[in-house]
Amino acid sequence: MLTIVTGNKAVAEAAKQAAPKVVAAYPITPQTEIVEQMANYVSDGELDCRYIPVESEHSAMAACIGASITGVRTFTATSSHGLLYMHEMTNWAAGARLPIVMANVNRALGPGWNIWAEHSDAFQERDTGWLQVYVATVQEAYDATLMAFRIAENEKVLLPVMVNLDGFTLSHTFQSLETVDLGDYIPPMKLPYAIDPEHPMSYGNMTGPDMHFRFRWEIERSMRDSRKVIEDAEAEFGKRFGRNYSWTEDYRCEDADVVVVAMGTLGKEAEVAVDLLRKEGIRAGSTRIRWLRPFPQLDFAGKEVVVIDRDYSFGFGGVIAKSIRANCGINVYSVIAGLGGQEVTYEDIAGFVRNRRIGEEFWFGVE
Amino acid sequence: MYEIRIHSRGGQGGVTAAKLIALAAFRDGKYATAFPFYGAERRGAPVVSFVRIDDHPIKIYSQIKRPDLILVLDASIMDSVDVLQGIKPEGTVLLNSSKPYDMKGHRTYEVDLTGIALRENLIVAGSPILNTPVLGALAKMGVITIDSVKKAIGEMFSDPRNTKAAEGAYQEMKI
Repeated sequence: MLTIVTGNKAVAEAAKQAAPKVVAAYPITPQTEIVEQMANYVSDGELDCRYIPVESEHSAMAACIGASITGVRTFTATSSHGLLYMHEMTNWAAGARLPIVMANVNRALGPGWNIWAEHSDAFQERDTGWLQVYVATVQEAYDATLMAFRIAENEKVLLPVMVNLDGFTLSHTFQSLETVDLGDYIPPMKLPYAIDPEHPMSYGNMTGPDMHFRFRWEIERSMRDSRKVIEDAEAEFGKRFGRNYSWTEDYRCEDADVVVVAMGTLGKEAEVAVDLLRKEGIRAGSTRIRWLRPFPQLDFAGKEVVVIDRDYSFGFGGVIAKSIRANCGINVYSVIAGLGGQEVTYEDIAGFVRNRRIGEEFWFGVE
Repeated sequence: MYEIRIHSRGGQGGVTAAKLIALAAFRDGKYATAFPFYGAERRGAPVVSFVRIDDHPIKIYSQIKRPDLILVLDASIMDSVDVLQGIKPEGTVLLNSSKPYDMKGHRTYEVDLTGIALRENLIVAGSPILNTPVLGALAKMGVITIDSVKKAIGEMFSDPRNTKAAEGAYQEMKI
């Protein structure tokens, strides 16, 4: 199928093809279209799945946990405050090693009440043990959702995966989508310690310090192992379906003197800024970070780096800027932009590069 | 890159019009993106949506600042909104209207989409449907082809009156 759909519809189409047995969800702007579509698939008989319309996001994740632990594929979607309301349960999902796939439509947190794009919602989940991928096109929203199931359910991973797309900017934007004939790209889910409802057992008993410590290390070990699983899943996706993905999407970086780093749709808009800057004689490139967890290994040797954070850690700084500084041992120009759906154009991004002050932080539209 | 800004009122189908235009352009073999600006919309309030059409993949997500074409589905919006804001010097205007307007020297096309929708009895919840007939007008202007208009409408709507209304606008509009 080749058509024009929104980012939300693309995610739902992928989730349908992955054929989850349980979807438990609660609507929230700008995600609602995803779970509405999943409910339609179920009610129309297109998807053999139990759709549980729960009373809150906390219950949505709790129901996904309960379903997933019986060894069936589960999917949900949320956004912003909905994600934060799940927070206790997102930790549980990762700790219980359940390969739940969730789409999160990135949206700012209140107050003031704001429904537009920002990455702060998902960034508050970054230490929970979930894998997190960020997409920038309708096609990538679809492709990444399919890959998420294969990665999450791999026996070396068995951790939940969150697929992030920018609220409205991508969730409600119509672009072309080419669907794939999935075949056996996502193998049947095999949870090694699934509960058999016919033979009930108890899980979640008191765990002492020594075992708890080991469980935490097991999460980190799987997070490390997930790197190869991600690379394999993306390579196999490229081989089968012809679209290639990696840790980052790099644009004109090879000979660049200065690289703009961004995530989500701003990372695509940055490519247009790069073309503009190149015409002015500035050798610019762009790197769109796709994976927040596990965080990619980046190399900016010999280049100046301008980082756009659509997030902020108060009292600390832009999360991506600080992460690059820590991981690569380099100073960057940290730009905070696009919070709460703030309009950021490629011309603005080109301006960040022209006026860069390495080592400093700049709040776009405030300073 | 050809950039369109659509002015309509909440409930008039401006967002669907944007999607249909993008779909028709896509069926013409072009790249296209369509997106609404979501604010605190409610039925009847002025809303804006955007369409970009290009021969190359479109990487821009920010709003259209310098449109090539302004499409106004409800002329009464012009009482409260400066619809010409940012229009390119050579930019054109398409109005749903049965009477001519002076749009500050910009080449302006008028077509009575409301009349066409009423004639075809294309009415939902008491309101005439404008987003399918407008595609016929855009085809007449050469923005998209009439073949792709029919395909796009056929993909989204089963009621043949939609295609008939688009064809009506295509024939009726003076160019």
